[in-house]
Amino acid sequence: MKALLLRDVRLAIRAGGGFGLGLAFFLLVAVLVPLGVGPEPATLAKIAPGILWVGALLACLLSLDRIFALDFEDGSLDLLATAPIPLEGVVAIKAFAHWLVTGLPLTLVAPVLAVLLNLPGPGYLWLVVSLLAGTPALSVIGAFGAALVVGVKRGGLLLSLLVLPLYVPTLIFGAEVVKRGASGTEVSVPLLLLAGITAGAVALLPFAAAAALRVNLR
Amino acid sequence: MSLWEYANPKKFMQVSAGVLPWMAGLTGLCLGVGLIWGFFFTPDDFRQGSTVKIIFLHVPSAMMAINAWVMMLVASLIWLVRRHHVSALAARAAAPVGLTFTAIALVTGALWGQPMWGTWWAWDPRLTAFLILALFYLGYIALWQAVEDPDTAADLTAVMCMVGSVFALLSRYAVKFWNQGLHQDSTILKVGEKDPIAPVFYVPLVVCIFGFVLLFVALVLMRTRTEIRARRLSALLARERLA
Repeated sequence: MKALLLRDVRLAIRAGGGFGLGLAFFLLVAVLVPLGVGPEPATLAKIAPGILWVGALLACLLSLDRIFALDFEDGSLDLLATAPIPLEGVVAIKAFAHWLVTGLPLTLVAPVLAVLLNLPGPGYLWLVVSLLAGTPALSVIGAFGAALVVGVKRGGLLLSLLVLPLYVPTLIFGAEVVKRGASGTEVSVPLLLLAGITAGAVALLPFAAAAALRVNLR
Repeated sequence: MSLWEYANPKKFMQVSAGVLPWMAGLTGLCLGVGLIWGFFFTPDDFRQGSTVKIIFLHVPSAMMAINAWVMMLVASLIWLVRRHHVSALAARAAAPVGLTFTAIALVTGALWGQPMWGTWWAWDPRLTAFLILALFYLGYIALWQAVEDPDTAADLTAVMCMVGSVFALLSRYAVKFWNQGLHQDSTILKVGEKDPIAPVFYVPLVVCIFGFVLLFVALVLMRTRTEIRARRLSALLARERLA
């Protein structure tokens, strides 16, 4: 499992893996939004939590189809399915690898982009905390979506249609944490709900994703 | 004699052929009586005027939009557990019907909301949850159409329907948390209150709800029959190609 994790991370980081694309996209969103809505600091401060979360979510979406598609095409997914580790474990490891190369970097650069969007001071800590708690759910839900469409040619658009509605609860609670954090109110309720969704998704969705993969590999 | 006999396509086709005309007739009767009664023979509300009458379309279609998804969930579970093809096809057949009911609920709600709330749309929890439900329907239908092998498509959509149900529920509570709404709670089944809806509106509303339930069943039966025929046709064509 460790070998699989290292392999996935290496493949993603090396040339052609699309690593950094998500980050660049996130940066673009943070640059384009002020250009679109105007530079007033008060407006930006108001929408910053939502924009940062939506940007992170979309950046995460960009690289989802890579979780299984390449391995499905060259047949290594068949090998993994017959390997001694359970397919549920493969899914969990691959989602974790996806999180390491997208969710984690997004979390780390988010405070920098928050400066561009004039996020109020107390919000920075909660931005990082909420992304840290929420992005694993984005990766696991995304892995489930990717497992559903792995057999479909050019499934990218379909993948976004399937996955985005599933991202709604995570987005709502994640942005709420930052919004409350930025205005200095109590954040524990949305933060706990966000963490709950992540825990539930991480625990249960690998099974659903593995079931979908088995169907697609039939 | 068991319920599962009707999962045999041949038996299903026979029975549904007999049931369908009656079902369709009853649907027409209920909807005709309910809607005409509701639209023309009920008084205007003293505050809402004639806009109150949109309730006869809005409430039943909103109920059926949710019930259709529940029916798809049950049919998907039956397919996953017992592998009855009719069940998978019924779930497939129900999705566009459910999507249409969702759209009717959203549009009639907007038409009522404009004069009453002063806005076509508000990011109210109920409205938002319905929009998300419409997205789930779209994704479900798109997945059915994208996967070529019918059994694979049935399996994948069944899994998607189960996971989607959990997330649709989660979204429902998430949006409740996110914004306090304009939309009233459901008044139809309020217990303990005497006449939450005036009887003069209540009776035609119940007739309309029955009409919409029957309409849903009739449409799903009809569409399932079409799906079975399409499946038979493609099997015939495949056999022809081999021969």
